[in-house]
Amino acid sequence: MNLTPEDVDHVATLARLGITAEDRSRFAEQLSGVLEHFRALQALDTTGISPTAQVFDLHSVMRDDVARPSLPREQVLANAPRQEDGFFRVQAVLET
Amino acid sequence: MGAFYLAIAEHGKVGNIRHMGATGQPAGQTRHMHVTREHLVGISGDLTALTAPEARDLLVRRQISATELAHAVLGQIERTETQVRSFITVTADEALAQAHAADLALSGSDPGATPPLTGIPIALKDLFCTTGVQTTAGSRILQGFIPPYDATVVARLRAAGAVFVGKANMDEFAMGSSTENSGYHPTHNPWDTSRVPGGSSGGSAAAVSAGQALLSLGTDTGGSIRQPASLCSVTGLKPTYGRVSRYGVVAFASSLDQVGPFSIGVEGSAMVLQAIAGADPMDATTAPVAVPDYRSTIRDGVKGLRIGVPAEYFTAGMEPDVERLVREAIQTLQGLGASVHPVSLPYSEHGLATYYIIAPAEASSNLSRYNGIKYGLAALDEVDMTKAMDATRQRGFGNEPKRRIMLGTYALSSGYYDAYYRKAQQVRTLIKADFDNAFASVDVIASPVSPTVAFKMGARIDDPLAMYLSDVCTIPVNVAGLPGISVPCGFDHQGLPVGLQLIGKAFDEATLFRAAFAYEGATSFHRQRPPLARSEASANQAPHA
Repeated sequence: MNLTPEDVDHVATLARLGITAEDRSRFAEQLSGVLEHFRALQALDTTGISPTAQVFDLHSVMRDDVARPSLPREQVLANAPRQEDGFFRVQAVLET
Repeated sequence: MGAFYLAIAEHGKVGNIRHMGATGQPAGQTRHMHVTREHLVGISGDLTALTAPEARDLLVRRQISATELAHAVLGQIERTETQVRSFITVTADEALAQAHAADLALSGSDPGATPPLTGIPIALKDLFCTTGVQTTAGSRILQGFIPPYDATVVARLRAAGAVFVGKANMDEFAMGSSTENSGYHPTHNPWDTSRVPGGSSGGSAAAVSAGQALLSLGTDTGGSIRQPASLCSVTGLKPTYGRVSRYGVVAFASSLDQVGPFSIGVEGSAMVLQAIAGADPMDATTAPVAVPDYRSTIRDGVKGLRIGVPAEYFTAGMEPDVERLVREAIQTLQGLGASVHPVSLPYSEHGLATYYIIAPAEASSNLSRYNGIKYGLAALDEVDMTKAMDATRQRGFGNEPKRRIMLGTYALSSGYYDAYYRKAQQVRTLIKADFDNAFASVDVIASPVSPTVAFKMGARIDDPLAMYLSDVCTIPVNVAGLPGISVPCGFDHQGLPVGLQLIGKAFDEATLFRAAFAYEGATSFHRQRPPLARSEASANQAPHA
């Protein structure tokens, strides 16, 4: 399984990860090597084997719907790179 | 009496404490002092050599104070940290304040009734949220992040009276097996500072090995507690998936991550697990399974215990000394009354490939939250939202998280999901079934932890596959969600530590503690300290240039 530099660009876009030209060729090589290692899995017959997402049978754990205090707004915002009027401030999403 | 005791303790000097035994101790308690401070600590008076249960005993009987103990480990950090670099943040002031509070509690009428970790110094891997103390997960993208709340395990340790000495170094987002992937600095193995301590909880392992803390907390997603424990000659436990809450723990791979302790000696790990285990309403993945009293059965021995030995775990690339020492350890357990049986775990051979699909896939999802909006690094110079996220993540993440985000995103992407992610989940079922079969006829499975001893720094950093192979014996245990413990089982021809891995049935940590405790009682490997941890050695060393 060989990843091309174009594959790397596509995956980086999906992952919202900026990469340099150097990253692109290095990731193509290293990820191809790692993916090669996975080929042995593809050779295994797993017909009829159900997938395991997590090992124990805990499903839809419920708790009582009881209101409790949350963190004060100033604490929640304390780590924000940018804030304004009690909100997180982000770059414009839509062009005006 | 309490005031007098504290007045002496404030000096924090080892030499003062003998007076306390003579003058500060209620007469009624003296006759119970069958073990004295001098017996335990020795003539060096080095409190950093104490195990957690020994420290507990001395604290409760007021032979030492928590303040003195805190000063001892902080002094050890000061003396050894330039060589080891276990910490990202040392919280000396907080530690001394907590130790002071511990001494107040211990000065009451019934010190034995204080919470079980009162005054005991513990280091926390830097991915546990600690109120008011920077938590980075070893990443530059979280530099300066000050959590507004405690992780459940931190809150439980706080309630148990522990003293927090600092936030331990780690591979960035727990991705790595050497602690070289830290965004801050690498940590060095206390046994040979030109070698890695293992990882990703390398700072936590090195801190305990070097006597910079009596206990520490780490996380283990594919071996990140057991492998550094093995490489640094300390005890490290990965509990059963679901045993310990992950609320407030920076997530790597949510179906694999588990929190666990490091200690000198098995009993310290049992004390920590006792304090942190059990269901948590804040983490829906914690199991509603009762937590037994681990120390009540830890001395029960291994007579009649059935130990399985899987041939598949003694792999071709294993160092001969590692195989020899692990086989000797199994013989030691046999000599103590356990029976040894061959078991087969054929699908474990595919553990590594399975893991390196599942873990990066989950990581790529978990790490999507680092986008420069709510906390952490932000590329504020970019005016476009998408470009700002691209730039934030490019600047904030190191190479290994980037590699895994890429790998995981690829494995989950359209057209590849079935071939990789679904396939890996199916093989996961088979790997787990192997363990279920084996545990139908044995109680514990014994194997090496790491196929090699600690490797040289830089040796594997540019070869991801070689680095990933460090965890070939530990990864299947995470994939199956089982508990595993690493205990020191000797030293190779270069004097480098080797660990024995014992794997247990789900939620049966008690049997692991029992077997590991019996083993260490028959050996003395766990009491050997790296030269740089010994105070007499440190005192003779030239100051770090």
